[in-house]
Amino acid sequence: MDIKTLTIRDVEEGLNKKEFSVDELRQENLKLIKKENKDLNAYLTVFEDDGAVHYSPSVIGHSLGGVPCAIKDIMLIDNTKCTAGSKILENYISTYDATVIKKLKDAGVIFLGKTNLDEFAMGSSTENSAFGPTKNPHDLSRVPGGSSGGSAAAVAAGLCIFALGSDTGGSIRQPASFCGVVGLKPTYGRVSRYGLMAMASSLDQIGPITKNVYDAALVMNIISGKDSFDSTAVDVEVPDFTKNLGQTIKGLKFGVPKEYFEKGLDSEVNTEITKAIAKLESLGAEHIDISLPHSEYALATYYIIMPSEISANLARYDGIRYGHSKDAKNLLDVYLASRGEGFGEEARRRIMLGTYVLSAGYYDAYYLKAQRIRALIKRDFEEVFKKVDVIIGPTAPTVAFKLGEKVNDPLSMYLSDIYTVSINLAGLPAISIPCGIVEKDGKKLPVGLQIIGKYFDEETILKVAYAFENK
Amino acid sequence: MVSKKDVEYIASLARIKLDKKEKDKLLKDLSSILDYVEKLKEVDTTNIEPMARVTGTLNKLREDKKPKILSGDELEKLISQAPKRKDGYIKVRAVLK
Repeated sequence: MDIKTLTIRDVEEGLNKKEFSVDELRQENLKLIKKENKDLNAYLTVFEDDGAVHYSPSVIGHSLGGVPCAIKDIMLIDNTKCTAGSKILENYISTYDATVIKKLKDAGVIFLGKTNLDEFAMGSSTENSAFGPTKNPHDLSRVPGGSSGGSAAAVAAGLCIFALGSDTGGSIRQPASFCGVVGLKPTYGRVSRYGLMAMASSLDQIGPITKNVYDAALVMNIISGKDSFDSTAVDVEVPDFTKNLGQTIKGLKFGVPKEYFEKGLDSEVNTEITKAIAKLESLGAEHIDISLPHSEYALATYYIIMPSEISANLARYDGIRYGHSKDAKNLLDVYLASRGEGFGEEARRRIMLGTYVLSAGYYDAYYLKAQRIRALIKRDFEEVFKKVDVIIGPTAPTVAFKLGEKVNDPLSMYLSDIYTVSINLAGLPAISIPCGIVEKDGKKLPVGLQIIGKYFDEETILKVAYAFENK
Repeated sequence: MVSKKDVEYIASLARIKLDKKEKDKLLKDLSSILDYVEKLKEVDTTNIEPMARVTGTLNKLREDKKPKILSGDELEKLISQAPKRKDGYIKVRAVLK
């Protein structure tokens, strides 16, 4: 039994047929992690002893009973370490379960451990982790993407059956693209953010990273839903996301934005995406050329709004109630030293940027201006969705880049997110699925296709993704 | 456009202590990022309202009920990670002069 390729459905079937027990599967996973994690550094914490949920046989069937998973180390699991990839929380122990964790526990999931990430989810390569970068399983000299690099690498390397990540500007989709797995960012408000350490409150969403589209739909069924602990989680019905999988996409209209194929897109990635578009056409879907005119301003808009929200959300890490603390002779010095020592370079950069743009004299020129452009970006999508059902394009402008390649130039790192940030700004759902390979240095590097949907229409993007995957 | 004095002022607002090397690097990084975002000035945003809501939810209210006050083990769990504690309180340096 090769557990590396097992999907959620395979696990359910295997448990039902008694081919293996829950505990045997868990032990096999832990053995694999022990053997391979030192080369990948995908996991920060592994739950060796019983960090597992007591398995209830009645949970078998349409749920996730006995399925081993990994959680990005920015979501709280009660009584276990949660570092956010930062020295400031190096020894922090969670004091409650995130809502998504509670839901997964109720579904009978087994937690294998917490995965590596860029510090406080800030980054596109997992190189900003205070605990070393994660390596891409397809080429250990390259990054897995970020910030959910650990989760994507763990799924790609078969070190868990599925994982959860979080996405603020592409942090589920871009690493999924670089690692050749499926990553879905739900509509803003589809999944509760309670227990997710906040990065940018108007942009963050938790979502699944899986080996195939069906598994992503299964996980969405469990984690979605309104929550009294998260007032931004919307009270909208949660459908069975697997229901429409396998339906034809004949007649479905997909928009291809011309702005996504201009300079900045690697030519080999362009070739793979063009092939993917042809494949969708061969499935009977209708290709419509569209324009998202404010696309070129999305990254700049994001890099004003996101750091602003970060500067507010990270104010709580002050060495008073938890986390790294440096005593000093007065209160101000406690803050200055605790935060100065605890935060890494990228975290400091973004907090400083956010503090600057929100400060008196600059708020209108930067923050309010960015929020107005955000409204225009949202409007671009709303206009286009009157004509098409989904929007198609590349997830990232390149395949996985080399470790160290972009660390010295923050702006070039930020450009990895050009196709993903506008989706968070607008709050739309989007999925990245593997669609091709580019060979570099003798290694086969995955290319991700991004499918963007209408508000709360994860069903359609899953349907298109499934049809593409299974042709 | 960002000066060394600006960096020092922002660092004090953000409550982050920086050494000289860090200040110099941040001056360079912040300047280059702020240069990049200048392009937003090109966009005509006359009569566009800043986007305050993402997927349309309004403020959610709850009943004006007194919350549960924690004590004993529940309280201890929540404050157990504060570096300095006394009698169920978190000890901090003087707030008032």
